[in-house]
Amino acid sequence: MSGPSDYQPSNPALQWIERRLPIFGLMHSSFVAYPTPRNLNYWWTFGAILSFMLGMQILTGVILAMHYTPNADLAFKSVELIVRDVNYGWLLRNMHAVGASMFFVAVYVHMFRGLYYGSYKEPREVLWILGVIIYLLMMATGFMGYVLPWGQMSFWGATVITNLFSAVPYVGESIVTLLWGGYSVGNPTLNRFFSLHYLLPFVIAGVVVLHVWALHVAGQNNPDGVEPKTEKDTVPFTPHATIKDMFGVTCFMLLYAWFIFYMPNYLGDADNYIPANPGVTPPHIVPEWYYLPFYAILRSIPNKLAGVIAMFGAIIILCFLPWLDSARTRSSKYRPLAKQFFWIFVVVCILLGYLGAQPPEGIYVVAGRVLTVCYFAYFLIVLPLLARIEKPRPVPNSISDAVLAKTGSRSTPMVSTAIVLALAGSLFVGSIDSAKASEGSDTPPGNKWSFSGPFGKYDRGALQRGLKVYKEVCASCHGLSYIAFRNLAEAGGPGYSVAQAAAFASDYKIKDGPNDAGDMFERPGRPADYFPSPFPNEQAARAANGGAAPPDLSLITKARSYKRGFPWFIFDFFTQYQEQGPDYVAAVLQGFEDKVPEGVTIPEGSYYNRYFPGHAIKMPKPLSDGQVTYDDGSPTTVAQYAKDVTTFLMWTAEPHMEARKSLGFQVFVFLIIFAGLMYFTKKKVWADSH
Amino acid sequence: MNPDASTIAAGAPIEVDLSPIAEGQDIKVFWRGKPIYISHRTKKQIDEARAVNVASLPDPQTDEARVKSGHEQWLVVIGICTHLGCIPIAHEGNYDGFFCPCHGSQYDSSGRIRQGPAPLNLPVPPYQFVSDTKIQIG
Repeated sequence: MSGPSDYQPSNPALQWIERRLPIFGLMHSSFVAYPTPRNLNYWWTFGAILSFMLGMQILTGVILAMHYTPNADLAFKSVELIVRDVNYGWLLRNMHAVGASMFFVAVYVHMFRGLYYGSYKEPREVLWILGVIIYLLMMATGFMGYVLPWGQMSFWGATVITNLFSAVPYVGESIVTLLWGGYSVGNPTLNRFFSLHYLLPFVIAGVVVLHVWALHVAGQNNPDGVEPKTEKDTVPFTPHATIKDMFGVTCFMLLYAWFIFYMPNYLGDADNYIPANPGVTPPHIVPEWYYLPFYAILRSIPNKLAGVIAMFGAIIILCFLPWLDSARTRSSKYRPLAKQFFWIFVVVCILLGYLGAQPPEGIYVVAGRVLTVCYFAYFLIVLPLLARIEKPRPVPNSISDAVLAKTGSRSTPMVSTAIVLALAGSLFVGSIDSAKASEGSDTPPGNKWSFSGPFGKYDRGALQRGLKVYKEVCASCHGLSYIAFRNLAEAGGPGYSVAQAAAFASDYKIKDGPNDAGDMFERPGRPADYFPSPFPNEQAARAANGGAAPPDLSLITKARSYKRGFPWFIFDFFTQYQEQGPDYVAAVLQGFEDKVPEGVTIPEGSYYNRYFPGHAIKMPKPLSDGQVTYDDGSPTTVAQYAKDVTTFLMWTAEPHMEARKSLGFQVFVFLIIFAGLMYFTKKKVWADSH
Repeated sequence: MNPDASTIAAGAPIEVDLSPIAEGQDIKVFWRGKPIYISHRTKKQIDEARAVNVASLPDPQTDEARVKSGHEQWLVVIGICTHLGCIPIAHEGNYDGFFCPCHGSQYDSSGRIRQGPAPLNLPVPPYQFVSDTKIQIG
């Protein structure tokens, strides 16, 4: 991509093609011989990481699309069936869902790197603007992808985001109807989002080609911001950059795999395991984390139209960055003031992200407004002003001068101090939050679960006992519709044999038909049948239970959660704590109390529960001591029942958890060894270039 | 990409029988995928809605303009918050009306915005009384 190549393949067949289509020369000059500045640091590997992530998303996405059904009635179930029944479907789904987050992690690092080192400046303006376009496309793609599982957060996220367009004067309503293809978010909306979600990644890939092309015309920027002048300033792309990128990608994959195998739901929202319901709004509608700063900007402005303009403006303003910042020195390394403001800006973005996840009330609104002003001030006031008043330090004459000078002095502590400061700042804000986290209900106590941690496994005894509790107690009101009898004999489950599962199934009466006479009939269950639901439909369930339909329990341990608050959600990342759901379920089962505390009124037909949000639960106390007999001598207490049935319900929500964690261990061993090999290879390749 | 023929056909007017709704109660029906609240207002709610100084409202509109004359006890509104489209909860909030759990907008017993980020009153869908106890929405 950088001018005509003098590359000549030696193989005659390749020569024949090369004379007709010089594709090998193009590849050679772009990715082999291409001169890359020799002072690039690891922040420059994020380009390769992003290409890897895009490839990963397209690959996993194409396979997922083979199994997904874009229909409002079937979408949620089809995603669950992918996770449960498709070979390695759980892995594909986790890779794709976590992949979206990782893609954004990488793109944010990539953008901040460009911002810090002035990579948007002359002659790289078009390169930068193409990057902003890719980012916008990514946001659209990510949003539409999040709608596809058709859970509560998908549906309401789609409603809130599409409603943003209703703020447009005069034509707003017609635009929204056009987006929906109906009068509200519904099946036509899901269909078109699926189509566009499949299309846009290829548009992104196209713009990425332009982005790389522009990069190879202008040449890469580098940490010192001086253009390469002589041969000595550059090294060939292969093997130097290739091997370094490989090492960077491998390290990034470690983070990626951490989420895929150990914390797949950490970045998601529990509400999205509840099927979409147009009649019920979840209490807090929160977009995915990567949109949060912009969501905070939207909400901090009291006027609807102005809020929408500010939100889009916050992204569009990036396009004008090359002209807002007219300083001649590129790299912030040589701009003492710009460097400090840059880190303040990073902290502002992180704090805006934090605020975007909080309810818009009290101190959060004020803080949101202040930070929104800071965000725009950075682009509109600070950068133009700095360009005029700042006295930059002298830049080195050439890259090789900079490399030689670097061996003596090390000037990186600035970065780490700033990161520490950023963390301290967010800790401070977090402490305000945890002070008021205890609203509504008590926090469920933590339990010791056999399935927690990186080597967690289900306790077979608990699964079998839990199944008994479910069958004898819960099943009279709650369905378990995603579990088939065959699942009971599957690896990682309760450990029954195929014959036992078949015998278990034959105890059930399953409705089938119509037969030749056109009548429905009942027959004994087979292993392929699913657990029958106690009520024919939701209305019947509602009518029989005082207006509150008992939820299906297949996913309950993943669909329920409670707010961990700051700083716990950061510790949870390292300890792999993700048992909020089971802790909550076990707590609710044991949280019934006859004596209602003062100040709490429980309506007629409801019961007091310490851990239920709002305390008034329609379900009467389901378990009492000695209610279910155990054959294995385990204590027949409420605490034991609760623990067993919760373990069982964790398995119904996540039947492949054991496979996930054991494969995760193998992947980690491989990645760590591979990263080590890559590191030493990279050291060897670069030995005489530093 | 506008709604197809079947979607438009499914959005045809519907008739709702009001006789089972007791005073002080309300029902939620779906029309064009949107929840429509039909409230049988109490005398107190009507009085409250009419006692307000209209000029002081963020989106000034009289209660009389939002209900059909002769049927003042019936309030029919689209239950979609005018902020970002969540569904407000009936009989909650400080104004005997609706409360939106998403961003805290509060509507009064006439469905008018009183507090919170929503800019407009809950819209009144097109409807008319077919008889004293039956309305046609659409």
